[in-house]
Amino acid sequence: MKKILFLAVFTLASAVMYAGGFRVNLQGNKSLAMGHTGVAVVNNAELVFHNPAGLVFLENRLSIAAGGFPVFSNVAYQNTTTGESAETDSGVGTPFYIYASYQATDWLAFGLGVYTPYGSEVTYPDDWAGSHLVNNIDLAAIYFQASAAIKVNKFFSFSAGFIFVNGNVSLNRNLSRTLTDLEGNRSEVTVDASGVNDTGWTVSALFNVTDNFRLGATYRSLIRLETDDATADFENIPNSPATPFEDTTASAEVPLPAEITVGLSYEFYDKWLFAFDLQTTYWSEFENLDIDFADPLIPDSVNPRNYETASTYRFGLQYEASERFTLRGGYYYDESPIQAGFFSPETPRNDSNNYTAGLTFDVNDRLQIDASFLYVQFDEVDASFDFFEENGVLVPFGGTYKSNAFVPGLGVTYKL
Amino acid sequence: MKNYIKITAAIVALGFVSCDPEFDNSVDDAGFFESGTADFSNYVAVGNSLTAGFADNALYITAQETSYPNIMANQFSFVGGGEFTQPLTDDNIGGLLLGGTQIQPNRFVLAFDAAGNPGPVVLEGTPTTDVATSAVGPFNNMGVPGAKSFELLAPGYGSVAGVTQGTANPYFARFATSDNATVIADAVSLNPTFFSLWIGNNDILSYATSGGSGVDQLGNLDPSTYESNDITDPNVFASVYSDQVTALMSGGAQGALVNIPDVTSIPFFTTVPTQSIPLDAATAGVVNAQFGLYNTQVLPLLVGAGIISQEEADLRVVNFTAGVNFPIMTDDDLTDVTNILISQGIDPATAGLLGQLRQVNDNDLMVLLAAGVLGTLADPSNPASVIGVGVPLADQFVLAASEQARISTAAAGFNAAIEGLAAANGLAFVDARSALAEVAATGVPFSGGVLTSQFVTGGAFSLDGVHPTPRGYAFTANVIINAINAQYGGTIPTVDIGNFGTITLENN
Repeated sequence: MKKILFLAVFTLASAVMYAGGFRVNLQGNKSLAMGHTGVAVVNNAELVFHNPAGLVFLENRLSIAAGGFPVFSNVAYQNTTTGESAETDSGVGTPFYIYASYQATDWLAFGLGVYTPYGSEVTYPDDWAGSHLVNNIDLAAIYFQASAAIKVNKFFSFSAGFIFVNGNVSLNRNLSRTLTDLEGNRSEVTVDASGVNDTGWTVSALFNVTDNFRLGATYRSLIRLETDDATADFENIPNSPATPFEDTTASAEVPLPAEITVGLSYEFYDKWLFAFDLQTTYWSEFENLDIDFADPLIPDSVNPRNYETASTYRFGLQYEASERFTLRGGYYYDESPIQAGFFSPETPRNDSNNYTAGLTFDVNDRLQIDASFLYVQFDEVDASFDFFEENGVLVPFGGTYKSNAFVPGLGVTYKL
Repeated sequence: MKNYIKITAAIVALGFVSCDPEFDNSVDDAGFFESGTADFSNYVAVGNSLTAGFADNALYITAQETSYPNIMANQFSFVGGGEFTQPLTDDNIGGLLLGGTQIQPNRFVLAFDAAGNPGPVVLEGTPTTDVATSAVGPFNNMGVPGAKSFELLAPGYGSVAGVTQGTANPYFARFATSDNATVIADAVSLNPTFFSLWIGNNDILSYATSGGSGVDQLGNLDPSTYESNDITDPNVFASVYSDQVTALMSGGAQGALVNIPDVTSIPFFTTVPTQSIPLDAATAGVVNAQFGLYNTQVLPLLVGAGIISQEEADLRVVNFTAGVNFPIMTDDDLTDVTNILISQGIDPATAGLLGQLRQVNDNDLMVLLAAGVLGTLADPSNPASVIGVGVPLADQFVLAASEQARISTAAAGFNAAIEGLAAANGLAFVDARSALAEVAATGVPFSGGVLTSQFVTGGAFSLDGVHPTPRGYAFTANVIINAINAQYGGTIPTVDIGNFGTITLENN
């Protein structure tokens, strides 16, 4: 009972954590339940994402892990000067993962993975106060990864892998704060890019310092999702030579930044495991979200972002409660990459505290069911985006934001 | 095992409870904004076209939605304000039908001509709003375009039958509760807890926009004898205005009284320059020769005969020079010397031309409509009939200094009455005159630039040059809200006027 209490307290411990931008840290139910740690945790196929070098230390010849997470996220906005307010009605995002590892020899293992580390879905009420910045955005990137891991000796292994990314992004916003057609419908544009592909790579290493103590490190490269044939669909445009907004194509680029994670795990009291990861995401690559319309009559959309590189501090704890049950808890603090004055409602993220918990139920020797839960807590924040330009004048859009997210997860693990 | 399930359930429950993010202090919480000592649960706005949301020379849906009372009612909703109804028209074309026949023009939109030059044009299309198909009133917005102060108390002003006879107002006829209803009585029947009253503008405006072609009724206390372009006597105004305030307060309502802006600072009078006739030296010489005898002999003789003063003679001298000139005009405030000239043997045509002739000067204001007349030919077959040079500009296109003075005197009288009644009754007094003067003089900075009264580009005035844009109405709403907060100690939030549009682009 004492141990359970300890776990509960740890799970709910109040510190401060975040991994902002549009990074979605939901790459496995077991790891998520432990604060999304895992770069030095060797116990299942989620290693394909967290640290493929550890695959060679898995006990089973074949391991498969798969699962998903319905993401319920909410953003509330209000302006205490004008009384304007809005609350998002975003759809339920569904990040997922599928990993398989295969132990070819005692020194060589292969891993395959499909996962969704970047994404964002935010839907404000149409024509809300910040609709000139965004009405809704839906960004999703699916990573396909193949890695090979080599065991150098019982202490050390490393891996290298190839990543293929398929990305989609759709963004709708009003053209300005006031432009409408004759009937008063706000003029808007939808930019849609689908099937944008690019490639990247990943390397990782694992060091077993002792039987109980491991260190790990993983690096994933920067991938730039670039497109020249996004579609731009203009609606509710007044019939006037002054508003020459015809449907056209557009080019745009979104960086999926490089990321390095280093961490440790420590087993103690036989049934306990503690893990700590420090994850750094190189967000400084995200300088602008510019949309260059092919039609020369249409002015390009220039949107400075100026993100800064940010880190996430992750803590996880695992307790093997019984033959069949394993309990997990965790916490992470996620730093926002967004600087003061660049806080856009399209990605309204300030630093967040993230509380996680979960359990695994062993159905039999081969099959496990993994459940997890994440609650993301943001402090209320007064913030603004100061770089929207209207007739040559910068018009800041600011107010008070309060966000949260609630993510239950379910998965299975199969071992052979 | 049971314990684990309980813990899991508890954690999941915690997540659901916190699902909606809540602010520590939400703008929607009672008490975040305060009403002060006023009760906004039932707000009724009384007035004329400005209150109705009229813009671009028409009443149409999107303009009504940004009427200042509607903007205010939205803000009142933070402090207990209730539903606010408006007699919305049926389209965004503007214009009115009476039994299927169009009786009011469509709205203006900003269109670009073939050469790429923007300008106001009347939107094409057939209006669908018919006066005879009544909207069921009364409405919280009792703004009636065209209404003068005393007309708010006139029975029959909302009679559909009276519209054709010119005794009723088509806009009020749409939603008056009966043929004999008055605007004020319909407003009072709503039992307002709060009201705004902005009336009196048309009591001087129609005189002004008609270039002073009406009569200043100063001293005439019987408004039933007034014509539409006349200036209302200030005592008549004070009397009917006082009656209206009393009626609106009869149920214990509080309210705001809005004074009358300086109508001559609106783009309708400040857009067309007084000097608009370009002439070269040779042409100027030819034209001057035609007026030589008039300048040097006729005028001194008239002075000598005591028919006109030397001052008037100086005003009547016509002189063109190389460059951009003042046009000639007919001024009905001048002594009409037509018959005297005829009796002196001058031919009737020339005598008629010279009868009340002078050149426009810097003290005059040109009405917006003069832009379409100046420099055109009065007789297309006669190249000498250039309006402003060979043919005088009609009086209706120029608001002379003498006419401006009458307007100014009347407005001062109206405003003294309004301010006095506000003070006497503990009502909020809204100094719209000062607010508009600031827009006209220096402009008012806002989140997207500076709001000015420049025609088309300034942002405050719609394409008729008289009525505000949505942004102009939003500015007005803020001015009134600030006055209400000051009077009643509330903290009703104002709006960001940058979120409100200006003119509408549309090529027919």
